Amino acid sequence: MDDKQVILSVKGLCLEFSHRKGAIKALRDISFDMCQGEILGVVGESGAGKSLTGSAIMGLLDDSAAITAGEIVYQGQRIDNLDDASRQALRGKEISAIFQDPLTSLNPVLTIEEQLTETILTHLPLSQSEALEKAIALLEEVGIAQAAERIKQYPHQFSGGMRQRIVIALALCVDPFIVIADEPTTALDVSVQSQVLQLLKRLCKQHGTTVMLVTHDMGVIAEVCDRVAVMYAGEVVEIGKVHDIVKHPQHPYTVGLMDSIPRIGVRKKRLSQISGSMPRLTELPCGCKFHPRCQFKQFGCDTTTPCLKQTTTTAVACLRDISIEEHI
Amino acid sequence: MFVFLLKRAAQAIGIVLVVAFLSFVMFQFVGDPIEGMISENATQQERDELRESLGLNDGVIVQYTRFVKNMAQGNFGISYYNKSDVLSLIIERLPATLELVFVAVVISLVVGILLGVWSAYSRNGLMKNTVQILSLVGVSLPSFVAGILLIVVFSVWLKWLPSHGRGEIVEFGYWSSGLLTLSGLKAVLLPAISLSLFMITMIMRLLKSEIQETMRADYIRFAKARGISERSIKYKHVLKNSILPVVTIIGLQVGGLIAFAVVTETIFQWPGMGLLFIQAVNYVDIPVISAYLVIVAIMFVVINTFVDLIYLLVDPRIKVS
Repeated sequence: MDDKQVILSVKGLCLEFSHRKGAIKALRDISFDMCQGEILGVVGESGAGKSLTGSAIMGLLDDSAAITAGEIVYQGQRIDNLDDASRQALRGKEISAIFQDPLTSLNPVLTIEEQLTETILTHLPLSQSEALEKAIALLEEVGIAQAAERIKQYPHQFSGGMRQRIVIALALCVDPFIVIADEPTTALDVSVQSQVLQLLKRLCKQHGTTVMLVTHDMGVIAEVCDRVAVMYAGEVVEIGKVHDIVKHPQHPYTVGLMDSIPRIGVRKKRLSQISGSMPRLTELPCGCKFHPRCQFKQFGCDTTTPCLKQTTTTAVACLRDISIEEHI
Repeated sequence: MFVFLLKRAAQAIGIVLVVAFLSFVMFQFVGDPIEGMISENATQQERDELRESLGLNDGVIVQYTRFVKNMAQGNFGISYYNKSDVLSLIIERLPATLELVFVAVVISLVVGILLGVWSAYSRNGLMKNTVQILSLVGVSLPSFVAGILLIVVFSVWLKWLPSHGRGEIVEFGYWSSGLLTLSGLKAVLLPAISLSLFMITMIMRLLKSEIQETMRADYIRFAKARGISERSIKYKHVLKNSILPVVTIIGLQVGGLIAFAVVTETIFQWPGMGLLFIQAVNYVDIPVISAYLVIVAIMFVVINTFVDLIYLLVDPRIKVS
């Protein structure tokens, strides 16, 4: 990653929700870089703050959420404190997004043509007919047959997989530099999932788009990502190359995640699982947030919060020094 | 499409027949029409002859069939009180009611949609709350109270607008219009406002909550993520989705407005069908009452069919099957 240019970096990002019982710290000290053209996977359980991080980068947070510390830097410019208008100018053109559910991501009363050409015309100085031409070419690129006729149709006339292809076309239509893909395949059939993922990967590699792929599926990570950030309870606990994370996970939580994936050829009576569940954000434990569930817990885990430390392979937020793998 | 219309027409005919039956039944139970038509010292034989000539001795089914058949030919009978043809009585009064309802619908659409959109998007909390509270008043204030208040303020105190009547009217064959003269326009204003108050608040509150709901939808978030301008999101992406339920409500309400017009017309002495109906009720003028019921039922059905057609145009997801 060192030889590539960093396009976006999140530095020490903290985010809070206002709540009648006081502020809820939903993201704490999140830091990571995204390099030009890479696919960065962000993995973790529901509520770990994956999507929230994506929303913060997009500038599409709810009114109740506020960034309390840290910054988001895009191509050398700080963007988290920009006004609404400059933020909106970035969205779509520079940083775009794909959301989880293709069935609800498209406006039901506008045709595909209207949605595509409006997006194109918002960002590019084209005529109506040029925009339409580009839109049809895009649909063909994402694998929609008879694009010229089908573009006149409404979203409900397409299947789920087709709709997610259209969503991808919409997100990539003006060649953004970064795409935040928030669980883009979770709502799809397994057979369609892989096709859509490969499509996304191919398009992004062709166009040199940087992708932040939010998912809770380690299989998806292994299939398409270059690097992975593992999140737990609002913190990044481990970040590194996908090969290192999958083969040599270091953080006990990552180890647990990898162990809970069934593997062909490995005989096990029962898949191992991480005991307990992620703490509520209102009742976070002191020290390392994972220690109540950790099987390698040691003295000090419940008092000291670990920071990300670079090891020979990945960066890990754990007080233990030695590789855990030997204990498994 | 054709099949759809045919189906709707069949349903409509069914509904009108049921209403016709109800108004027919009124003849059977509300007194003996012979008593009202014949002099008190007529002999029994004269009464029997009249009864026979009116066909009142036939079976109920035969009488009902005859009633429907006459109705279909536009023959609603003779008014007991005015001694004239019921249909021409109603047709004479129809334009006044339709114009009143039309003006009321236009007012409620324009004001209701503007207020709804404004209160959904406005950031001015104080103004918003004021409008919300006023709209609660609008929903709960009975239209006769609102009408009387309007008369007190604008006719009695300020003396700006007339309190009753239609003003000068212009005749076109069967149609008489009050919308072409200044005095006619002035006269229609107060009754139309009083009639539209309920619908204004209804449209406004519904549209506001629909807009707020739609603003949270995934496709709006995705549109924002693509950098679509706020203006386009608000007035195209959101509004087009939020207006659908409003269309339905308007359709249901227009029928309701014709019915409510009875009260409004009475307060403002508006010479429409509603006023005719109230007078007919006072004199137990059953042919007029039943004709009014049937005609209002027909209007209801026609309007609702129209609304369904509009719905087909606005919402691409609804397919005719």
